[in-house]
Amino acid sequence: MLNILVNNFPELMSGLGYTLMSSLIALVGSLIIGTAFALMEISTHRWLSVIGNVYVEVVRNIPLLVITMAFYVIVPQYIAQIDGFTAGTIGLTIYTSAFIAETVRAGIQSVAVGQMEGARSVGMTYTQAMIQIIFPQAFKIVIPPLGNQFINLVKNSSILAFVAGFDLMYQGKIIANATFNTFDTYLAVGVLYLILTMPLSYFMRYLEKKWAVA
Amino acid sequence: MQNFIDAYSQVNLAYLLQGLGVTLEVSLVSIAFSFLIGTLLGVARYVNIKIFSPIVGFIIDLIRNLPLLLILFFTYFALPNIGLRLPVIPASIVAMTVFESAMLAEIVRSGINAVPVGQMEASRSNGLTYTQAMVHIILPQAFKAMIPPIVSQFISLVKDTSLATIILLPELTYHSQIIYGQNSNYMIPMFVALAVLYFVVNYALSLISRLISRRLSSGVR
Repeated sequence: MLNILVNNFPELMSGLGYTLMSSLIALVGSLIIGTAFALMEISTHRWLSVIGNVYVEVVRNIPLLVITMAFYVIVPQYIAQIDGFTAGTIGLTIYTSAFIAETVRAGIQSVAVGQMEGARSVGMTYTQAMIQIIFPQAFKIVIPPLGNQFINLVKNSSILAFVAGFDLMYQGKIIANATFNTFDTYLAVGVLYLILTMPLSYFMRYLEKKWAVA
Repeated sequence: MQNFIDAYSQVNLAYLLQGLGVTLEVSLVSIAFSFLIGTLLGVARYVNIKIFSPIVGFIIDLIRNLPLLLILFFTYFALPNIGLRLPVIPASIVAMTVFESAMLAEIVRSGINAVPVGQMEASRSNGLTYTQAMVHIILPQAFKAMIPPIVSQFISLVKDTSLATIILLPELTYHSQIIYGQNSNYMIPMFVALAVLYFVVNYALSLISRLISRRLSSGVR
């Protein structure tokens, strides 16, 4: 295994870089989209909440691979030329945004209703109350599950291997095909994934425990 | 529009449904195995036996933090390297089971944790052994709370079987790829069909889960 790691170090590191980059872009993107849809879900506007709910239910129930492949094969054919990395990252963003929407919605709803009523009755608008009163309180509740979503995102970014996205899994596939040493290669790739996900996962567990008491 | 009508020919639809059959078959077998193994692992981690439980816990954490795709690659491409060659369907089932068992073990453990400690103490003071109390008192109560997370894990499993396309498991996504591979006009119709089929199966599952947990919780009150 060490052999594989040493001989293919640049390729593996570049794969690790693409994996991280794709995960981070998708995290930021899905946080924005997810929060927007969460706000739609809890909106008092009937149509907005219907759209929010339908989006979340539909996206959550379709495999990530199907969403990603749709961008990888349909978009270049009919709309614009995009590469695998872009298609994969867009797929990841959309898929994750549905889960983040659920997390954020649950976080906002767990803040007591009285907070919003209190804020409104001292003269704040809905938007002001949301941003200054509800979000800061929801934030703490939402951080551990969001961290777990990020771990999922890192793992799910292996989907880029399907669409030639140059990520860690893709590099692993290429190295395995070149060296015929599949066992050691995938072991090495596994270790690299664990280096990314394990510390994060233990940190999130620690946060959950620490904040649960408070 | 014509593309849609052509794409959904009887032959193609039958082929898609056949793929859906394999998807469901692999998912069901995997969830059954992982439910058993996951429960054992979850209890093993919960009971806190010296050295043993932390090791089990660490292995569970390792598996949970790996991408399923990697586990799939490992079972199908890497194991033959050390002399263990599995056909596609068993390989998919093994990979899914390994991954899902670890996921379910965590669900089981937190389910057991959610049962009040008094339940165990009361059963022990009534003369039940630890094992009896676990099997007859704690686990039944824990399972009730675990139904929603287990079903959502099952939904992920159904979705995740699509990853086995990469080892050419003849499931739904793979069959659709074969159809649009022959005629690129069928691309959009096929993706629509995929979305609809996966959605119907998974949404039905989540409705069933809601129904069961409502019925169970109405009994307790």
